[in-house]
Amino acid sequence: MQRLGALLRRSQGDAVLAPQLLRTYATTQMTIRDALNSAMDEEMARDETVFVMGEEVAEYQGAYKITRGLLQKYGPKRVRDTPITEAGFTGIGVGAAFQGLRPIVEFMTFNFSMQAMDQIINSAAKHHYMSSGAITCPIVFRGANGAAAGVAAQHSQCFAAWYSSVPGLKVLAPYDAEDTRGLLKASIRDPDPVVFLENEILYGESFPVDQAVLDKDFVLPIGKAKVMRSGTDVTLIGFGKMVGYNLKAAELLEQEGISCEVVNLRSLKPLDREGIAQSIRKTHRVVSVEEGWPQCGIGSEIVSIAVEECFDDLDAPPERVTGAEVPMPYAANLEAAALPTTDHILAAVKRVMGK
Amino acid sequence: MLAAWRTVAQRRQCPRAPALLAAARHLASQTATASAQSASVAAEVPSSSSGSEPSARLSSSSQQQEERMDFPGGSVPFTAAMSFLGGTFSPRAPLPCYRTIDSAGLAIADADIPHELDQETAVKMYKTMVTLQTVDVIFYEAQRQGRFSFYMTSSGEEATAIGSAAALTNDDVIFSQYREQGVIMYRGFSVQDMAHQCFGNIHEQGKGRQMPIHYGSKSLNFHTISSTLATQLPHAVGAAYALKLQKRNACAVAYFGEGAASEGDFHAALNFAATLKAPVVFICRNNGWAISTPATDQYRGDGIAGRGPGYGMASLRVDGGDARAVYNATAAARKIAVEQQVPVLVEAMSYRSGHHSTSDDSSRYRAAEEMRQWRARDPVARFQRWLVDQGWWSDAQDTSARQEARRDVIKALETAQKAPKPPLSAMFEDVYARMPWHLEKQQAEVFAHVRTHPDACPADIPVK
Repeated sequence: MQRLGALLRRSQGDAVLAPQLLRTYATTQMTIRDALNSAMDEEMARDETVFVMGEEVAEYQGAYKITRGLLQKYGPKRVRDTPITEAGFTGIGVGAAFQGLRPIVEFMTFNFSMQAMDQIINSAAKHHYMSSGAITCPIVFRGANGAAAGVAAQHSQCFAAWYSSVPGLKVLAPYDAEDTRGLLKASIRDPDPVVFLENEILYGESFPVDQAVLDKDFVLPIGKAKVMRSGTDVTLIGFGKMVGYNLKAAELLEQEGISCEVVNLRSLKPLDREGIAQSIRKTHRVVSVEEGWPQCGIGSEIVSIAVEECFDDLDAPPERVTGAEVPMPYAANLEAAALPTTDHILAAVKRVMGK
Repeated sequence: MLAAWRTVAQRRQCPRAPALLAAARHLASQTATASAQSASVAAEVPSSSSGSEPSARLSSSSQQQEERMDFPGGSVPFTAAMSFLGGTFSPRAPLPCYRTIDSAGLAIADADIPHELDQETAVKMYKTMVTLQTVDVIFYEAQRQGRFSFYMTSSGEEATAIGSAAALTNDDVIFSQYREQGVIMYRGFSVQDMAHQCFGNIHEQGKGRQMPIHYGSKSLNFHTISSTLATQLPHAVGAAYALKLQKRNACAVAYFGEGAASEGDFHAALNFAATLKAPVVFICRNNGWAISTPATDQYRGDGIAGRGPGYGMASLRVDGGDARAVYNATAAARKIAVEQQVPVLVEAMSYRSGHHSTSDDSSRYRAAEEMRQWRARDPVARFQRWLVDQGWWSDAQDTSARQEARRDVIKALETAQKAPKPPLSAMFEDVYARMPWHLEKQQAEVFAHVRTHPDACPADIPVK
């Protein structure tokens, strides 16, 4: 910062140089991978009860290299490779959390979490209630969720709808590096079990983060959506990778004179119902965008909020853009056809605008 | 090659490094021995095959090196003989069943008793058994009368629960299945506590959340019972891992039945406990029946104890109807777990004398003769006989203890039944550590609705 100050003084009034200096020094670029890694690293340094477990997280540095360097820094007691049993290592993580540790359980992808579903829901989510508060389970389940590329039916499912329906769980879905750092750190510090849905495609993508985000105590509130872009004609609601698609669609639509408000849900449970309703009452139109299947998806809940709480403010029926209702095919053309694109979002917006 | 392995081991900072280095050194020394031996063999070979000397040396030295198979999992000896082990035609001998008191209650001479039972502990154990038997009979009848929805007895397994509980300390964390009420009772959960839980009233710690017999107590270090079978096994391993990192002088204990041992979680928990070196004692109640499924349909191996060595775990089979043997087995297992920081498996052989639960009638699938034979070996009667032989108990004491237990149990039921149910707010609390705004909102809506429509709310739900 001192260097920046000195450079700015020397640049005095240079209209081109000063903003460039500010952009370079005040913001950094950070990949999602590094955001996840740095968040876990800082929390493990801060609290010795935090530990990581999962397949390939230690020696292999993580199947997607998310846990790179952690074994070397914290040792095998706090970064544990597990045998191949999701039900087993999830149960063990849950038991360790019951006894006062703070495990971060990595699922190679959330598709594999289905093998551990009973432990996540019947044990982690419900025990605080069943024990009337005697038992807490401060555990984080994290991993890649939703479609990747060319990995087909059993590796591409989105679990947002399933997990977010369960009372007792908190469910988060970050989009950019700021979301990722703030929400993961908040999850690790939270006393409740948290499902943290990442996206494999975004792991390598870079986002600007300012100094505040890099602070080791940077946390974001759980349960609050973020308005990424303010607008007046229609609200585009999404989470994870779809937020990027919505932002892109908003840029394209601006050129056609349509002003979109882009809402990044960040938190699927608790869902920021008030924040969502506020935006819909402001724009009077809503399009929900998700990669998952249509029936009982997140979009169903968004539409319910729109109709139940904003009925009198709606100028058009709510619309949903979702993935196709098929198990994900492998062939590249079929996979592309089964997932939402910016074109689908543009078409949906034009429909609600009556164009 | 040794140098290469050493570099790999160091670079990877691998936990297996010591084993890798040892294997490499072993191989290196074998090579040295083999070279020395093959040198002397080569000297004896006739000169006509001198041209093939290098290859002769190579083949004999490579045979010397190949006595053992070194692979990433360890090292095993080779053999040229082929023999299958295990299975119908080549079974392994079953693990014998440790006991110290016979079926009639007479002490067996020269039994191993590394942990002698003192009078105070033994009498406390027996009195708890008496109370447990009384609770089981009367609570079962209360359910049949419709006073609460469900009950499970532990008849025939009193010694397994109470014998093991007596050998643990209060710092040992217990994860049970559902038929171990003797354990929580021994730790101090009162009959009144049990009655409150079964009625789900305002006094029970569980705030009316769970169905009957799902006891739990944070202060007694007894985890709230969860209906899902065998999920408590990996929980216990995780808790033991936590105790290990916290360097506590305590272990985790997981109780389960032989039927639950068929679940995948059993395999993961035992396998994992061994690889993590978690200080956990697994106690299996093999009571012969999983609802209507006999043990012969549940497994074909040597019961549950027979699986332990397969996971690299010390295992013991014990007579679950012999309280003194169960006490000794558990005390010894606990010592191994805590001192050596490894898991241990104990299989207590017993018999489920009662029905699976109040939803079951076992006379439909069990022979009356089988049940009669086992009732004749009642574990409580056996322990009573042994106590009397020590001069620590009498018939008069027994009669009075049973009368007192009966009075207490009946009174506890009456008190619990009359107590009010939990208030409406109990429905929304404890879903999360702190109530989030969306539940606060829903709770407020329910209260508002009830205040404007008091008839909508049943009379026995306090509105607060």
